[in-house]
Amino acid sequence: MLYGLEGSFAAGHVTGLFGPSGSGKSTLIRAIAGVQARVQGTLAVLGEEPGSAAVRRQLGYMTQSPAVYEDLTVTENLRYFASIRGGEVGDVIEQVDLSAQAGQLVRSLSGGQLARVSLAAALVAEPRLLLLDEPTVGLDPLLRRDLWRLFRQLAAGGVALLVSSHVLDEARHCDKLLLLRDGRIVAQLTPAELIAQTGTDDMDEAFVRLIEAVGADAEPELR
Amino acid sequence: MTATRTLVTARRVLLQLRHDPRTIALLVLVPCVLETLLRLVFAHHLASFDEAGAPLLAFFPLTTVFLVTSISLLRERTTGTLERLLTTPLGRLELLGGYAIAFGILAAIQAGIVSALTLGALGLHVRGPVPLVVLLAVVVALLGTGLGLFASAFARTEFQVVQFFPLIVLPQLLLCGLLVARQRMPAALHAISDALPLSYAVDGMHHVTRQTGASGALWGDIAIVIAFAMAALFLGAGTLRRRTD
Repeated sequence: MLYGLEGSFAAGHVTGLFGPSGSGKSTLIRAIAGVQARVQGTLAVLGEEPGSAAVRRQLGYMTQSPAVYEDLTVTENLRYFASIRGGEVGDVIEQVDLSAQAGQLVRSLSGGQLARVSLAAALVAEPRLLLLDEPTVGLDPLLRRDLWRLFRQLAAGGVALLVSSHVLDEARHCDKLLLLRDGRIVAQLTPAELIAQTGTDDMDEAFVRLIEAVGADAEPELR
Repeated sequence: MTATRTLVTARRVLLQLRHDPRTIALLVLVPCVLETLLRLVFAHHLASFDEAGAPLLAFFPLTTVFLVTSISLLRERTTGTLERLLTTPLGRLELLGGYAIAFGILAAIQAGIVSALTLGALGLHVRGPVPLVVLLAVVVALLGTGLGLFASAFARTEFQVVQFFPLIVLPQLLLCGLLVARQRMPAALHAISDALPLSYAVDGMHHVTRQTGASGALWGDIAIVIAFAMAALFLGAGTLRRRTD
């Protein structure tokens, strides 16, 4: 469960959502996607109610478990997700480095390839808002670097990205960080501010210091 | 509701099946084997074969489409594809419409092949127009889509969802008039059979078996089955919640 969150993320920015597993990252992303039940308070997405028709036209959502059809090929999956959103597959298959697997049944892919099909299904049809729940988990470092470059490119094109991860080192690729712990936002700051405040550029160590600094008064309050 | 999103969904569902040729083969071959078996069982009672053969053609799509729909939708729920779809512009009725069209086409192919065998090689004799046999099978397939979708909402696993089959489908088989004419059942059972959709599909098949033309009663039966199918689809749409825990 989440408590008393207040925060925002903006177009043209990559906002990173960091925290240990169970901290509420997926719940927050699901709330913004409009699929989380029992959300209290105000939450506006692109100026509209989450899950409303206007938002759904512009949203790309990647769930943590790969939500694609295993009995379709990569291309068939992406064509379907593109066409229900009224757009094109474009060069998304190249962007996630699956050109060689395009005609393969998703069932026959490895875990990392499967995750990339799921990511690609969020990217098709040029959404303005991307909600990506752990898109880089289990991928090799080279590919992770390429994907973060892709996220930066999309942001430069005016897309708003909210990307969750528990690999703290990836925080340095973000414009802004939201650090979640036990369902509360512990901090909202830029990577530069994080480094300045904690006096280290080792991201793991920076998060430890930050949590220790705020930890004393971080009693969760129920709402 | 847009036709495009409904049609691309129907196409996607059919593509999924196309990658599973063994299931398609089973969907067509099993009813053929069963009709052949029925013909052999009634080798010395051909009049009984003529009575039971056509109603059974209405029962096959109910079983196959019920199972295929309920498991497909359960998979959509458990793999997260349903959650993803609900964050896209695809409406719930568009999704269900896609399923209904895809399985309607599947049922038409199944009914076409099984009726060709039954009316041809097996020598089943019906007095009415043969296309009505196929039409009734397709209408029952829509019913199977609706009921399967509805059942999938109350199951968490594939083991659970297949258990809805004996619960939802088999009582209809016992009460539809295939074993004992509905008028000759005890009054209470007759009343229950009046409330079950398969009874009307079997009434329709009996009509095609016994009478040459298509009367108002036959169109009435078809309309009732369609109404049940629509009601099941709308009830099923109500079980697709956008917001879940």
